Amino acid sequence: MNNQELVQGNEACARGALYAGCRFFAGYPITPSSEIMEYLAREMPKVGGVCVQLEDEIASISAVIGASWGGVKAMTATSGPGFSLMQENIGYAAITETPCVIVDCQRWGPSTGQPTKAAQGDVMQARWGTHGDHPVIVLTASWVREVFEMTVLAFNLAEIYRVPVILLLDEVLAHLRENVTLPVAGELQVVERVEKTNGSMPSFGAGARLMVTGMAHDETGFPVQGEKAAQLLKRIVGKIEEHKERLVRYQGFYLDDADFLIVSYGITSRAVEAAVERLRAGGVPIGWLDLKILWPFPDKPIREIASHVKDILVPELNLGQLVREVERAAAGHAPVSHLGRVDGSLITPEEICRYVREKIARVCL
Amino acid sequence: MTRDYRQYLRVEKLPHVWCPGCGHGIITHAIANALAELQLDPDTIAVLGGIGCSGRASFLFQTDAMHTTHGRAVAFATGLKLARPDLHVIVVMGDGDALGIGGNHFIHACRRNIDLTAVIYNNAIYGQTGGQLAPTTPTEKRSTTSPYGNVEHPFDIARLAMAAGATYVARTTSFDFPEIVRFVKRGIAHKGFSVIEVLTQCPTYYGRLNDLRDPSQMLYELKSQTVPLDEYHQMTPEERAGKIPIGEFLCEERAEFVESYYRLCQLGRSG
Repeated sequence: MNNQELVQGNEACARGALYAGCRFFAGYPITPSSEIMEYLAREMPKVGGVCVQLEDEIASISAVIGASWGGVKAMTATSGPGFSLMQENIGYAAITETPCVIVDCQRWGPSTGQPTKAAQGDVMQARWGTHGDHPVIVLTASWVREVFEMTVLAFNLAEIYRVPVILLLDEVLAHLRENVTLPVAGELQVVERVEKTNGSMPSFGAGARLMVTGMAHDETGFPVQGEKAAQLLKRIVGKIEEHKERLVRYQGFYLDDADFLIVSYGITSRAVEAAVERLRAGGVPIGWLDLKILWPFPDKPIREIASHVKDILVPELNLGQLVREVERAAAGHAPVSHLGRVDGSLITPEEICRYVREKIARVCL
Repeated sequence: MTRDYRQYLRVEKLPHVWCPGCGHGIITHAIANALAELQLDPDTIAVLGGIGCSGRASFLFQTDAMHTTHGRAVAFATGLKLARPDLHVIVVMGDGDALGIGGNHFIHACRRNIDLTAVIYNNAIYGQTGGQLAPTTPTEKRSTTSPYGNVEHPFDIARLAMAAGATYVARTTSFDFPEIVRFVKRGIAHKGFSVIEVLTQCPTYYGRLNDLRDPSQMLYELKSQTVPLDEYHQMTPEERAGKIPIGEFLCEERAEFVESYYRLCQLGRSG
């Protein structure tokens, strides 16, 4: 059987959204995410769904939340500058427990930066961009087929936990075309809106006469202060923190006998994969932890592995973001170093190999 | 079957939070009356509000309701209406909410002619934050951030809405309760983006800062400043100075956004 086709990362994201049952998309053009909206503008009308281009990213996330309360799975896609504009309403989605998906195809730098160059600089923005304590889930992907799968997972987790779920892609993966076989109907699990199964969280128009507000509120939706406000915040943050062990998702390679560990995610994992194979072929006891969900952060597996390796390396396309979390989770069990690249190009397998060999030479002196 | 306006309000949440003498309760009551007179099923209505004194109105409707973020109520409503074309979506906004921070969403909703009913509670000031300058504060009037008088020009909301493409535009004041009811009813019945601007009094800030502390005096001031549209058209430019025209400015038919979108879907599916 040969269902292989040449698919672009952004197209895989759009197709994953449709597969997951997304029937509402609102967005604003921005490089390098625009192909997601362009694909959905063609395909959404065919399935009776909505794809609209709105006046800005603030309107886009607002409309996504409005549509989600209309009972429809909804998504927007953007890049760093637009992601910044969406932050206030991502917090609104978090406090109102609105299921929705936000895709951020990361590009280089603050402000306009290098719009056509890849980066992984929005890792912290994805977690902490909106004001106040809040729950959020952040996924990432490294391969085109994985973009499809993670988009479906993003919708599933948004429905299960009723949180905004952020999918962090990057310019290279967004525009990369790979020969892939995408999942067929029924192959991946699709979680439906909970109201369809038990009616506990109805949508607008269902006769529930809901009150939805971004103010601290009780279970009736009306404003509260003091201890009841604290209870709300602890509950909505807790629904992710308490399910952390179930949520963390990573793949480990060569961990059993590893003296050195690489922790990576997103597009950088592809270079790491090649580097790890070469280093292993050369007899270097290297292990690799490929993270699929960045937030909640997999503290426990990193702490466990850190206790039996000599050194940890975190390569990423920024000046040091996820490395801080790895360092925190390693809790002093192993030194953590960072290999950052911010010239707009990807980290290469050669760079990683060179770095690791030099490091080993120093550590083993 | 006739319906009572109280069926559309969460009466158990009364009294409301607005200051004594505020006009927001009058407008909210008038909207409830309009819903009752139209005999709409409360379960087919959604009321969305933004942030500010007007945003608190969203808590008072016994319908699905959403108290959104500052300036964004129209954008939230755009998503909801597209997802649920069967709902009557009413957006209650303040002047700073709709025309300051939310100005971009407002003009684009006008341009799209999306079937929403926007009721703008225009008290010409930011009330909830303590009386700061609004994009609707008249020139020379004082606010806490224009203590020597406003040197800017205010928006004329009705003219702005018409220029941007809204297809139902009306303006009245909190002095004229029956007219608010009439215009809101017309706006809800109208297919397209309807803007009902209601000039209202804020005795706490606008009044206090501009030597108009007495709410009833402020209401009479609104009454005396405003002139019915047909009368306004007969006036000379000199007579128009300082006068604000009120009435129904526009009611026209033009393709509505949500209907057009779904028609396009039908075409796409059938061929």
